Amino acid sequence: MLKRLITSREALLVGAIGLLLILISTRFSGFAAPSNLANVFNDTSPLILLAIGQMIVILTKCIDLSVAANLALTGMVVSMVNVAMPGLPIIFIVAIAIGLGALLGMFNGILVWKLQIPPIVVTLGTMTIFRGIIFLLSDGKWVNSHEMSPAFKAFPRAEILGLPVLSWIAIFAVIVFGIVMTRTTLGRAFYAAGGNPHAATYAGINVGKTQFWAFTISGALAGLTGYLWVSRFAVAYVDIASGFELDVVAACVIGGVSIMGGIGTVAGALLGALFLGIIKNALPVVDISPFWQLAISGGAIIIAVILNAQANRKKGRIILKQAEQAS
Amino acid sequence: MQRRTFTKLTAGLSLAASLFGTTAMAQDDMRIAIVVKALGIGFFEAAAEGAEEAAAELGGVEIIYTGPTDTTAEGQIEVINALIAQNVDAIAVSANDTDALVPTLKRAMQRGITVISWDSGVAEDGRQVHLNPSSNALIGNMIIKLAADHLPDGGDVAVLSATTTSTNQNIWIEEMNKVMGNYPGINVVGTVYGDDLADKSYREAQGLMQSYPDLDAIIAPTSVGIVAAAQAVADAGKIGEVNVTGLGLPSEMAGAIESGASQSFAIWNPIDLGYSATMIAHALASGAATAEPGAEISIGRVGTITLDETNSAAMADPFVYDASNIEQFKSIF
Repeated sequence: MLKRLITSREALLVGAIGLLLILISTRFSGFAAPSNLANVFNDTSPLILLAIGQMIVILTKCIDLSVAANLALTGMVVSMVNVAMPGLPIIFIVAIAIGLGALLGMFNGILVWKLQIPPIVVTLGTMTIFRGIIFLLSDGKWVNSHEMSPAFKAFPRAEILGLPVLSWIAIFAVIVFGIVMTRTTLGRAFYAAGGNPHAATYAGINVGKTQFWAFTISGALAGLTGYLWVSRFAVAYVDIASGFELDVVAACVIGGVSIMGGIGTVAGALLGALFLGIIKNALPVVDISPFWQLAISGGAIIIAVILNAQANRKKGRIILKQAEQAS
Repeated sequence: MQRRTFTKLTAGLSLAASLFGTTAMAQDDMRIAIVVKALGIGFFEAAAEGAEEAAAELGGVEIIYTGPTDTTAEGQIEVINALIAQNVDAIAVSANDTDALVPTLKRAMQRGITVISWDSGVAEDGRQVHLNPSSNALIGNMIIKLAADHLPDGGDVAVLSATTTSTNQNIWIEEMNKVMGNYPGINVVGTVYGDDLADKSYREAQGLMQSYPDLDAIIAPTSVGIVAAAQAVADAGKIGEVNVTGLGLPSEMAGAIESGASQSFAIWNPIDLGYSATMIAHALASGAATAEPGAEISIGRVGTITLDETNSAAMADPFVYDASNIEQFKSIF
């Protein structure tokens, strides 16, 4: 039991993150200070939220490349709503963000479920469509910080018990989805639908419908993140979070979520996101040439994937002795 | 409000022009056409305002402000053909395409119409003069001057650029480094790259403040970077300690000026640009100046320009925006 715990994917990642922190501290001593780590966690919160959604989608053998575009579209819509109705309470803004995000996710889900289009094609398409819609809505113009109401910008920054609301939302999402994924029928259905779709069908699980719900959850989380993002950076325009979907997928892969589906945990997604977040926050302060930074981020991902592939490799049973010698 | 006035004005003018044709209308008035990338863009409407100002100052000049409804070269060609048919005296164009307008503009020049480009230029044989809003050297000097002006006793500044391969930003930073000697006590401690992404620029700005606790200013010669840096400074509670400056748009930077995260920043002034373009067009069309390398043309209150070997010139230093004028410009562009 203990041995399984120590060799588990999550324990390895915790070790890697610890090692990373020590390494960074040798170059920039202030990095591991609790207040800075809280900042890093806060900065990584959007990535954590999206990684949880993406993990669920990947569990069902799908992939959602439209999360960043969904985030940008929802962010633009809520900031335009805020400009039009500055008095609207933030609770409604959050509700609109989650609702619209979920709707966009459902659109992906319907195409995958009812029309059986490969998810990578569907979400590549909707990714472009969502960005295009932002352009149509905004005419390519920005929504700037002085146009947003103070309450709109204050919400993710408000501190409760020393941590900003943005961080608390990420913590809350980790707990809720931790429970959903391990303790509910829907949560287990995600694993079943991706781990072995045929067996899942025999067990009475509608695989397509499960995938639909996975996309809906991913969309809702992306929508919520959309509001948090534009509020945090106090600006909304067509290209916000451009390319962020790749970070989200990378966080999942680093966190041990199998691209083949069926394997992955919320804790893994959380740790994968934190790993990337720490690298992103450390690179500006460790004084490494910007020309090297991209290569370092990429290298970290490759190493994580190699470790992942090694850990998940199942040895085939050798039937012919000669074949073994030949190879 | 403004937009409506201008559209009306344009409609009125073109109607008048078509009614009277080339003969009837007071031919003593010199007619200068300001052709913009598209109608309804705040930046160009401010330029038209400057053109009207120049016309009032010169006297006997009528401004025709026009352009296509969307930013296409085809649309501009149609508009210019109509202007040629009306036999205007001068065309000053901000082009949607460097090359596509050349044949049409050549035809205009053959008819004796003075053709200049401004803001966004056309190829050399499609115009007599091109007016750049500023020059790389002037911009490079301005961005460090903006930081230095608020640091009388010197201090540490850092640069937050776009990507490592952004040509414009790299040239400006290079030009900035050339004139560093003129700003004693100002120390550039580092250059970081936010890739023109809000989140990465924000993190890089945070990183700068951590790496250099005594940092006095962040210079961001990119519109995404300057906004993100201002937000990072505000969130870090360092307003008043770290001044964010560089190049940005008034509409995007109004919040940062208001919060005090940015004391001032610069970008070209569209009003001056329209004013200067009109002045040049008038000088050339009236024969007061000729378009040849080395020629000096007076542009009224903005100063004098000198044409280089490609017959192009830089108007002036980028215009500085701060708390005193941000209200006026934030609704323009």
